[in-house]
Amino acid sequence: MSHKTESELKEEAEALWADLKGKDLTVKERLAIPPQEMPARDPLKRAREMGEVALGYSEAQTQVEAARCLGCKNRPCVAGCPVSVPIPEFIACIQKGDYKQAIDTIKTTNLLPAICGRVCPQEKQCQSQCTVGKSLKDMEKAVAIGRLERYVADWEREHNKITQPEIAPATGKKVAVIGSGPAGLTVAADVRRNGHEVTVFEAFHKTGGVMVYGIPEFRLPKAIVAKEVDNLKKMGVSFRTNFLVGRTETIEELLDRENFDAVFIGTGAGLPKFLNIEGENLIGVFSANEYLTRANLMKAYDTERAATPLYPAKTVAVVGGGNVAMDAARMALRLGAEKVYCIYRRTRAEMPARREEVVHAEEEGVDFLYLRNPTRVLGGEDGKVTAIELLEYELGEPDASGRRSPVEKPGTEYQIPVDAVIVALGNESNPLMAATTAGLEVTKRGNIVVDENQKTSLKKVWAGGDIVLGAATVILAMGEGRIAAANINRFLAGE
Amino acid sequence: MHTILEKKQFSEEVFYMKVTAPEIARNRKAGQFVLVQIDIDYGERIPLTIADANAEEGWIALVFQTVGATTHKLALKNPGDTIEAILGPLGKPTHISKVGTVVCVGGGIGVAPLYPIVQAYKQAGNRVIVIIGARTKDLVIFEDEMKAAADEVIVMTDDGSYGRKGLVTEPLKEECEKTPKPDEVVVIGPPVMMKFCAATTKPYGIHTLASLNTIMIDGTGMCGGCRVTIGGKTKFVCVDGPEFDAHQVDFDNMIMRMKAYKDREDMEHHKCHVLMQAEKLGDKDATSAGAGK
Repeated sequence: MSHKTESELKEEAEALWADLKGKDLTVKERLAIPPQEMPARDPLKRAREMGEVALGYSEAQTQVEAARCLGCKNRPCVAGCPVSVPIPEFIACIQKGDYKQAIDTIKTTNLLPAICGRVCPQEKQCQSQCTVGKSLKDMEKAVAIGRLERYVADWEREHNKITQPEIAPATGKKVAVIGSGPAGLTVAADVRRNGHEVTVFEAFHKTGGVMVYGIPEFRLPKAIVAKEVDNLKKMGVSFRTNFLVGRTETIEELLDRENFDAVFIGTGAGLPKFLNIEGENLIGVFSANEYLTRANLMKAYDTERAATPLYPAKTVAVVGGGNVAMDAARMALRLGAEKVYCIYRRTRAEMPARREEVVHAEEEGVDFLYLRNPTRVLGGEDGKVTAIELLEYELGEPDASGRRSPVEKPGTEYQIPVDAVIVALGNESNPLMAATTAGLEVTKRGNIVVDENQKTSLKKVWAGGDIVLGAATVILAMGEGRIAAANINRFLAGE
Repeated sequence: MHTILEKKQFSEEVFYMKVTAPEIARNRKAGQFVLVQIDIDYGERIPLTIADANAEEGWIALVFQTVGATTHKLALKNPGDTIEAILGPLGKPTHISKVGTVVCVGGGIGVAPLYPIVQAYKQAGNRVIVIIGARTKDLVIFEDEMKAAADEVIVMTDDGSYGRKGLVTEPLKEECEKTPKPDEVVVIGPPVMMKFCAATTKPYGIHTLASLNTIMIDGTGMCGGCRVTIGGKTKFVCVDGPEFDAHQVDFDNMIMRMKAYKDREDMEHHKCHVLMQAEKLGDKDATSAGAGK
């Protein structure tokens, strides 16, 4: 496996840039520029450290990559972005070397670019529409919009160039935002900008939702999330942590007793699914949420300082094929596992995880077992996991979603010895909000029902993000937050 | 931040603390609990049941036993000191109604969370019999409060140093054999005690509730660390409980799961014990050196 170092990539880009700089490039010339690879830490070393894996472009790489953008008039990439970032415009600013203008252009519609540039599945969104990728008949060669977004967001933070957005004069209206994940933070910023008083309620002791408890440090440094929250505080948004709406106070009490004029629910999909197989309650079987919360939020990896214990395991089986499964598998390596299996019912082609995360996991040594599914977990007399039993599958006909469905091959069961099993089969909506809020309409799956304005069945209450969508992405949650905020602003303006 | 208003030491290992928590005090109901964290950056979140509360004065009372690093550090705090985070009230409140005669059984520090439940059953118009169990006389807590709240209080000690000698299951069985038999039984205490209380009432067909005390991390239903098997189905103690039909609980699995981190806990317990002894001797150097481990 060839792994180009950060300095090799930097030098190659500098050589290229020396050729391109100052030239008026034709479309043909732009299409001929090689896509810039993301520098990353050495796979074998990084698999044992918590530091961020992707290191970010150098300036020369950023210039070379930006030069690949054709600045299409019809802007297909913008249509692929859930919050419609003006992509060709911000890349044009980069081409001129004006990074400040570039980041300000992004921030007109996206308030968390350092986060989105890192965790958005761009290959399924903006980059899937890119003309360059289509022209080169390889969507992996689309302009690396996410990496460029990340570069300018990091540049802004590292150079202390953050401009506080203008805030309209105080209106005296109060808005409660429930949940401090991507949807809630977006709403808080958008509503605050219109001059309303905003309080964000968070059940955990730290703000950021899945960005702090779920997505690991090696993909999204927590300092970046904290900085975004700090920016909101500077804008005048208040945060109340350790406050579980529904229990500490209900939505009704927020509206009636604390006199909030509007409420946004952005509580996410935090209820883990389990396999419902024999042995699932043995010691050493975890939901990915528990495993990642211990490691990320409670810092259990820091055994010297953290009080939250970690379960020692040398051989770990992760069940699932999404991003959370990749995060859990890669985390297990960093927490000292010598062998990590990732067990998935279908094949690599059907995996819902981002390709980049799968490749990173492979480079780091995660062993993928495709077309397998657990039938039971086995344990010793002390109740601790000793093995997992797997059944082989083959791919059958495509199902309603278009994916070929896995069909079991009876009689093919076999066992592999493991010390821990992490179940990463996805999440459902936490039922607490529906259970404690009379009149709040939810679907059979527990997702809050909203109209096209993100308005719920209750007066003065809006909702968005995973609590509406089911487990989705950071950027989709932000997109819903954006719509909800616009409607809350209209409602509070008396329109 | 929550300020400690009052601290009492019930025994060598058991402490009582009154802390400010206005919203929790206002909204808590019998049977609910909180998660306490004494250090935001590296501290763990531990579940403690609400033993008492006063909505007007804005405080809740917690009773805890020093079993690990966090409870030891908590025990070293004094009135005027603060606790960084308390989340709650959590869990479903006890379903209280007028059923007739209710027997409430508490073992060890389980007597503390039983107290609001006894009060609530009494207020709902029930005849309430309380059975308190402890290893020895010094570990009997909340006896006066229970006497004030209940119709009858029976104290049992393992060593016979106070009250009757024996286990709580003995008087519980006697109550079950009376005519009319109790209409409801509630048990809170060590899992083994709850398991045997459930086994005691089962032959009599008396509806029995157990308040489970599993390992927890978030306490809001998002991780499943607290999961238990109830009637063959997986439930989360923090949101589906903490109370369940004791006859449906797989206590053996629960007891087993609670030992998941036993090695680490034993080590911490030992270290913390040394720390507390040092604190008592006024050896501050040893304390700070230990805390910086």
